[in-house]
Amino acid sequence: MAGLTVAQKILSAHGLEDLTPGSFGLARVDLVMMNEVSGAPAIRAFERMGADRVFDPERVALVADHFVPAKDARSAELVAGLRAFARRYGISKYWEVGTTPDAGIEHTLLPEQGLIRPGDLIPGGDSHTCTYGAFGAFGAGMGSTDIASALALGEVWIKVPESVRVEFKGDAGPYVTGKDLILAYIRAAGVAGATYAALEFTGPAVRALDIDGRMALCNMAVEAGAKTGIVAADEVTLDWLRGKVPADRLEPVTADPDARYDREVVVDVDGMTAQVAQPPSPDNVVDVTEIEPGVRVDQVYVGNCANGTISDLRQLAAMLKGRRVASHTRLIVVPATQAVYRQALKEGIVETVLEAGGMMSPPTCGACFGGHMGILGPGETAVATTNRNFRGRMGHRDSRVFLANAYVAGAAAVAGEIVDPATVAEPVGAQS
Amino acid sequence: MTTEAATVIEGRIVRLGDNVNTDVILPGPYLNLTDPEELGKHLLETYDPEIAASVAPGDVLVAGTNFGSGSSREQAVLAIKARGVQAVVAAGFARIFLRNAINLGLPVYECPPAAAAARPGERIAIDPKAGVIRVAGQEFTIPAQPRFLADLMAAGGLVEWTRHRLEERRGEEVQDRR
Repeated sequence: MAGLTVAQKILSAHGLEDLTPGSFGLARVDLVMMNEVSGAPAIRAFERMGADRVFDPERVALVADHFVPAKDARSAELVAGLRAFARRYGISKYWEVGTTPDAGIEHTLLPEQGLIRPGDLIPGGDSHTCTYGAFGAFGAGMGSTDIASALALGEVWIKVPESVRVEFKGDAGPYVTGKDLILAYIRAAGVAGATYAALEFTGPAVRALDIDGRMALCNMAVEAGAKTGIVAADEVTLDWLRGKVPADRLEPVTADPDARYDREVVVDVDGMTAQVAQPPSPDNVVDVTEIEPGVRVDQVYVGNCANGTISDLRQLAAMLKGRRVASHTRLIVVPATQAVYRQALKEGIVETVLEAGGMMSPPTCGACFGGHMGILGPGETAVATTNRNFRGRMGHRDSRVFLANAYVAGAAAVAGEIVDPATVAEPVGAQS
Repeated sequence: MTTEAATVIEGRIVRLGDNVNTDVILPGPYLNLTDPEELGKHLLETYDPEIAASVAPGDVLVAGTNFGSGSSREQAVLAIKARGVQAVVAAGFARIFLRNAINLGLPVYECPPAAAAARPGERIAIDPKAGVIRVAGQEFTIPAQPRFLADLMAAGGLVEWTRHRLEERRGEEVQDRR
């Protein structure tokens, strides 16, 4: 028998018998996550299923993060519904910014809380659940009815994905982050290049990434259509998880040396500079140096589940320090969690943002999905560290979003247009 | 992959392009709505306001590759169903949308040649039993669906399927106690 990939091993450990891509089966889950937006239809479906309890209240995480603080009365009802569900079914893992300490955006929050372990299988009511791949876990986004079923049964139906090995090779340039690696992959693969596949990211450029960089990388696997994107756990992962997760639960899952991948892709990042996804698609990617000069930027948005970590805020601050946000540009900074926010306060990053003329937002999915807290008007252009730039994604149908890392975002805030961050300031670590 | 409905589905074609993502099917600002009828009013609003306004009960959406990509929002499927759309035919579906459609009983058919032949405003007929789609005077074969999904659809979607499974478990628990 051929060796197994990381995805196959995780599925096998959760009850899947036939690991042939395309076959179907039921898998036990370690954790089920939903937010107030996926939660509302899920709660209705849960009731219609005749369920009278969740499979295990300790293995359910509920995070109100999309429309918080409540944008309007309807949003407040969604949040109230999620809170009531938590109370009714004895679920203690409930977070809502402003109420529960250390709350924030689900995909940054759950790892911080020690809820994600290598080898876990986690269905989440949000497409960016694939972020948990940064910890060697199998996170898969699903719709509300799937989540309701998982809450009731503790299992989900699974179609075994093809496994695709994505190797990043070469030494990338100084402003290149996890965000740029995934944009480079999507540039090559296209938005449907990995449909239904499990991506396994590897290579020296991936191993060199810290956890924040790996979360940015795995977060956008879904933007190529993937079911999940995984970085097999290594010492970087274990170091980060120690103290958060009990030591006996830290068992990396690695691919067998003779694992059979359905495809193997090599992305050469040697000498690569920062990548930018132009509207209206995450695969419309160019080097930042290829962007025509003079793209007027009305808004810069640093945050969301892909890039709202302390690493991102440090990159932003490196660009802002001692400079001012351009007079025609507004800067909105959204730490992904309150813990990130506190760390940014400690490091003086919040002061740097405010001094430059930018604003701080509480942790929220906010404007990333066009919800609230920074919606674009007609004809407006944003540079965002988020993960989607579809038409109208952050506001008006005739607004535009360029996706980039926090260096490029910070440089755009200062310059008022999209520029190579190398023309603005040195990267993190180079300043001394 | 294909889901099964009992009878022939026949309707007018609403033709959409490639990579129609869930943000343009049902824009984010409306995710605070819970009433399917309300959601339906905003179907395809950012995709194309004219096409959005033209969708009528009984229509069949026909799209290119990667239909339903992006967000996992099940509200996209709810909006499609609320407008009375009978089925979606596409050259390809994004993973989460496909799951949502199957789970909620929206008939979806992956058939690249049928999608390519479909012209806006013309008629399309889907015969799930015979496994064919008739459009533009041609007949295209729909690939047979996997057994697991056939059972899921036969149960009436994931809500009913889960209800049965819960009842089975309760039965087993009662047996165990005896």
